[in-house]
Amino acid sequence: MSLQSLDIKRLSATTTPAPQARTPQSGDVAKLIDVSKCIGCKACQTACMEWNDLRQEPGVNHGVYDNPNDLTENAWTVMRYTEYDNEATGNLEWLIRKDGCMHCEDPGCLKACPSPGAIVQYTNGIVDFHQEKCVGCGYCVTGCPFNVPRISKKDSKAYKCTLCSDRVAVGQEPACVKTCPTGAIMFGTKKSMKDHADERIADLKERGFAQAGLYDPAGVGGTHVMYVLHHADQPSLYQGLPTDPKVSAAVRLWKGVSKPLAMAALGAAALGGLFHYITKGPNDVSKELEDEMERQDREAEKETQP
Amino acid sequence: MRRNPRDLQRYSASERANHWVVGICFILLALSGLAFFHPAFFPLTQLFGGGPWTRILHPYIGVVMMLFFIMMFFRFWRLNVMEQRDVEWLKNVNKMIDGNDHDMPEQGKYNGGQKVLFWGLVLGMLALTASGVAMWRAWLNLPVDMVRIASVVHAVAAVWMIGLIIMHVYAAIWTRGTIRAMLYGTVTRAWAKQHHRGWYRKMTGDNS
Repeated sequence: MSLQSLDIKRLSATTTPAPQARTPQSGDVAKLIDVSKCIGCKACQTACMEWNDLRQEPGVNHGVYDNPNDLTENAWTVMRYTEYDNEATGNLEWLIRKDGCMHCEDPGCLKACPSPGAIVQYTNGIVDFHQEKCVGCGYCVTGCPFNVPRISKKDSKAYKCTLCSDRVAVGQEPACVKTCPTGAIMFGTKKSMKDHADERIADLKERGFAQAGLYDPAGVGGTHVMYVLHHADQPSLYQGLPTDPKVSAAVRLWKGVSKPLAMAALGAAALGGLFHYITKGPNDVSKELEDEMERQDREAEKETQP
Repeated sequence: MRRNPRDLQRYSASERANHWVVGICFILLALSGLAFFHPAFFPLTQLFGGGPWTRILHPYIGVVMMLFFIMMFFRFWRLNVMEQRDVEWLKNVNKMIDGNDHDMPEQGKYNGGQKVLFWGLVLGMLALTASGVAMWRAWLNLPVDMVRIASVVHAVAAVWMIGLIIMHVYAAIWTRGTIRAMLYGTVTRAWAKQHHRGWYRKMTGDNS
């Protein structure tokens, strides 16, 4: 399943370096989602379903526009709607964020995954799940700071947005980008996307959004899906977008220093035993006691056979 | 089996069976758990029919181990209550490690080290069971922060348990004549008098 046209930079559960010679000379890629240009039409959700052959069963309406209500193994992107009463301006703002995998530069899912090569990061920055190697443990869910991966009830494999790595590999933009009618979703090199975001942010600031900015959180090494937000100082307004996402300290401990420490400790215990035996010898019953018991045995025998 | 009619019975057949159910579960859990803990051990999943099967089986084996461990706990906990003589034994443990067990204080059925091991395993089992259940995504979907903590606890408790069991197995090998107690139930009187004199006297009435 690994695409030959996309080189791999990092593999899950692999301690040796991936092939390094080929790197994208034009830089890594990014998707830029300009929340201020989104009209909430959900064409991106539809395009994602079409291209990836996914069909989420229709759910029930929970009184909001979000449909489905959450990401699922069949819904790799979901529009999240927030009605924000901006007290400073007196405006009711409709904040619509396209949720999905952020394609972290330092992915918590990849760090947590125990199966070699089930999660890969391509040299262009895309983080992809290879379901044929997935064991279904859910460690990626535990590792992800954005609550993105979903384990399928049908096959117990983890699924999420691939950033259309199959399309990108042949020089096309992701399906959601292709379909977006307002140009709110763009795709290109990370540098060009940042340059474009700068223009948009300057424009938004002119229009009264003084806190407009780019969401490219440093805590996960930056992301290959970025947002232009009107309120970049309050990402949590956008249905709980984390303010400072990081791979949790517990996960870093579990998947970091604990591994070599545990191996060293257990190895030392096993070797310690062996060398203790070799240097001190076995803890045997003393000859004296054995002789004593043999004497007792003989006496007991005499008593029963006079 | 009694090689000598005067050998002492240390474990009944049901105690031995119980111990080995726990032991087999432990070995299977350690192998499958290490496979998911460190990439170097991932190939161990092949022993269980591949990655997904390892993931499916591990928690169920854990449940079996927990149930039989609880049974074993109720069989043995009274014999493992710490006493003053166990503390004395532990204070002199360096002599024991040095291979000189002649001056060690007299011990009952279990010595201080065995008792510490017992309670260490109880503690480890509690932590492993609680954290393991929290990580069991086939049945539960708990808040992610809880699962993260559980993952660390599970790993630490597992290393703790494997370390204790390495000690447990080594002590059984090192102290010659011990393993037969768990295989066919009996030990020689000489073994008992040397290593567990208090228990020897209780069993034989020999106070020499």
